[in-house]
Amino acid sequence: MSDLAIEMSGVAKTYPFFSLDDLQLNVPRGEIMGLIGPNGAGKSTTIRILMGLVHQDAGEVHVLGHRMPAEQIAAKWEIGFASEDMRLYESMTVAWHMGFIQSIYPTWDPTYAQLLLKRFGLQPEQKVKGLSHGQRVKTSLLLVFARKPKLLVLDEPTTGLDPVARHEILRELTDVMRDEGRTVLFSSHHTQDVEQISDRITFIDRGHIIDSMDKETYLDRWRRLRLEVPLGVELPALPGVINVRQQGRLAIATANAFRSDLANAYERTGARVQGIEAMTLEEIFVANVERSREEVEA
Amino acid sequence: MESLFVISQSDKRPLYLQIMDQIKRRIAAGDWAEGQSIPSTRQLAADLQVSVITVKRAYLELEREGVIVTHQGKGSRIASTPGLAGRLREDELQEHLEKATRIALELGLRPRELEKRLRDAGDRIAERETV
Repeated sequence: MSDLAIEMSGVAKTYPFFSLDDLQLNVPRGEIMGLIGPNGAGKSTTIRILMGLVHQDAGEVHVLGHRMPAEQIAAKWEIGFASEDMRLYESMTVAWHMGFIQSIYPTWDPTYAQLLLKRFGLQPEQKVKGLSHGQRVKTSLLLVFARKPKLLVLDEPTTGLDPVARHEILRELTDVMRDEGRTVLFSSHHTQDVEQISDRITFIDRGHIIDSMDKETYLDRWRRLRLEVPLGVELPALPGVINVRQQGRLAIATANAFRSDLANAYERTGARVQGIEAMTLEEIFVANVERSREEVEA
Repeated sequence: MESLFVISQSDKRPLYLQIMDQIKRRIAAGDWAEGQSIPSTRQLAADLQVSVITVKRAYLELEREGVIVTHQGKGSRIASTPGLAGRLREDELQEHLEKATRIALELGLRPRELEKRLRDAGDRIAERETV
C-alpha cells in the first residue's frame, strides 16, 4: 500500500466563474495537513473532490488507495468527514445521534465516545435544537472522531468556535496523531491553528496550489529584514526577495526563499541589517495573497 | 504616503515597545531630524492598525526618555537635543554590550577573555566585508 493517504494529480474542475487547475496534492500517512487560502480559493472544492462529492473533469485522485470518485463507497468506511453544511436532526438528542452512527460503523469506540462527551462538555440527553453553534460543531466532530477513521477530513472545523472550544478540538486532533497510522486533512482560515498543529501546509489561492510542503521548512523560508540604507546606497534586487519597500533611509525586505547569506549580500552593498524577523503564518498568508493580487493587476 | 512602520507578529515584545523602537530607528538613521514634527497618535494608530492608546503609551514613554516632546493641541515633535541621533545609537550599543556581558558572566568568562572575544568578532566582521 502507498504511504500516501491522499494523492491528487493533474486534477482540474471548471465552473462558470471558477476553476481548479492542475492540482497536485500528496498527504503522507500519519501527518496533519493544513489547507489554507482566502475565501473562494478552492479549499472546499478540493475537499469535495477528494471525498467524491464533486467529480473532477480531469486528473487522478486516490484516497487511502481507493480511486475517487469510482470507489467512494469503499473509501467512505475509512474516512471521517465533517463540514459546516452537515446537518443534525433537530428534534433528536446527542445520544440518539451517537447510537445511529454506532449502528452503521463497526469501528465506533463507545469508551472513546463517552470520553469525548465529557471533554467537549456535551449533555447526551439534550436535543439538537437547543444546542449552540459551538455545541453543534462539537457534536458533529464527536460523531466523526468516535468512529476512529484512518483519515479525518475536516472543512473549517474551528470556524465560529470560542477559544476554549477551539482548544478542545485542536487537542483532540493532536491526540488522534498518537496513532501513527492515522491522517488528518483540515482546512482553516485560522492561520494560528494551522501553524500550531499541522505537519504540512498547503496554500491555495484562486484555484492553484501555491505551496505545499512541511511546515517548518515553509516558515523557515520566509523572513522580514529591516535595513538601514545610507545615502547613495542603492538596494540591489536579490534572489529570494519578493518585496522591498523603502522610505527615507529605512527599508523592509520580505524574503520567501531566505538563506543566511542574504543578510551578508545586503551588507556588502553598504546597507546595515538591523534585524531579521521570523514571520507568522498569518503574515505570510497576507504577503502571499497581496503578491498574487499585484501580479494579476500588473 | 504609505508609512513604513511594520509591526512584527513574531516579536514577543509589547506593541508599544516595538513602536518606540521604530521611532528611535528613524531618528538614529537621520530620517527624522531634531525638532521635526511627527505623525499624530491617531494617524500613526491608523497606519499601524493598532489602538490609539498603544501609540499614546509609546509616545508617553518616549517623552519620558527625552526623545520627543508633546505640546497639548500642537502634536508631537522630535526633541531639539543636539546629537540625539548619536545618543540613540550609543544607547543601542550600551544595551547590546550589557546583554553580552551578562551572558559572559553566566559562562564565567573573565573581563580579559571577553575583551578578546570582542576583538575576534571585529576581525570576523572585517573579514566578511572584504570578501
